[in-house]
Amino acid sequence: MNAGKRALLRVLLVLGSLSFAGGCGGDGPRFHSADISGANYGRDFELLDPDGKVRRLADFRGKAVMVFFGFIQCPDVCPTTLGRAAEMRRLLGVDGKRLQIIFITLDPGRDSPEILRAYTAAFDADILGLYTTPEKTLETARAFRIYYRKVPTGSSYTIDHSAISYLYDPEGRLRLAVSHQSPSAAVAADVAALLQPSSTTDKETR
Amino acid sequence: MMFRLPAALAVLLFTVSAAHGEVRIADPWVRATVARQKATGAFMKITSPVDARLVEVRSALAGEAEIHEMTMDGDRMKMRAISSLPLPAGATVELKPGGHHIMLLNLSAQIKENDTAPLSLIVETANGERETINIDAPARPLQKRGR
Repeated sequence: MNAGKRALLRVLLVLGSLSFAGGCGGDGPRFHSADISGANYGRDFELLDPDGKVRRLADFRGKAVMVFFGFIQCPDVCPTTLGRAAEMRRLLGVDGKRLQIIFITLDPGRDSPEILRAYTAAFDADILGLYTTPEKTLETARAFRIYYRKVPTGSSYTIDHSAISYLYDPEGRLRLAVSHQSPSAAVAADVAALLQPSSTTDKETR
Repeated sequence: MMFRLPAALAVLLFTVSAAHGEVRIADPWVRATVARQKATGAFMKITSPVDARLVEVRSALAGEAEIHEMTMDGDRMKMRAISSLPLPAGATVELKPGGHHIMLLNLSAQIKENDTAPLSLIVETANGERETINIDAPARPLQKRGR
């Protein structure tokens, strides 16, 4: 991380905290990412980690959670997104420990638990790779409004898929949809905002 | 003094070939893989002095190599093999994440950080001449760390 990036993050974090100190004023977006608070999708999942243990979204209460769907043979968006996620954890410093990053494979046929474990660890030891059966993968993707489709190429196949990441607040509520192009400092600032206790008070469901 | 001749000759030959124009490849790299991962991407900058196309890529490490174009359709990422990549005269065409890449499929071995991947790029000029450029692309870690 260079000094410029650190400085930028500091500015973004300060701006973030100022907008929260301002309370419920409606002057413009409070987040860099798209605010989808109240979304009725992406509520929960039931998947396996590389050890075969069942994992649910509720297991991560108390942490901000970033969820991304992808596949390991992906040369482009997936490593870029996971690299950004790892960078965000570093930018957040101690708060980085309160961000759980979850990579859900859309390609359980090729992404075995061993490959999944090695792949996520190459970015950050604390990123969790999750998988399930092809049928449940489809179900989970639908429940999260994630589009994907296998496309044959040569003797192999690639996968078209939604490149969005979701951010959950520490209460486990879906809050933000993050573009794959958003820079790490901006998304890290969004996470820092979600980690502030005040970020959840004015969005309570009635 | 005899040793000076080959050097002078080499400079002369280089100048001649440069004047003729050769396709130049700069900053090639491949993304490292984890064990048993079967595919990865290769990236580089290609400059052709004349109108040409990148028509084929081969690598001893990969059963197949394809030229891919990544496009976004809304928030959907799509990757498609293309039959060739145009290389307009004098323009530097960059293969990079978010655009074009060489897709290496059916890898025979893991590509670790600091390994190099041999690549043969076949370029065809507008008048049908084919040139093969052999390069060794160093592997960068999966995670490009900020510094």
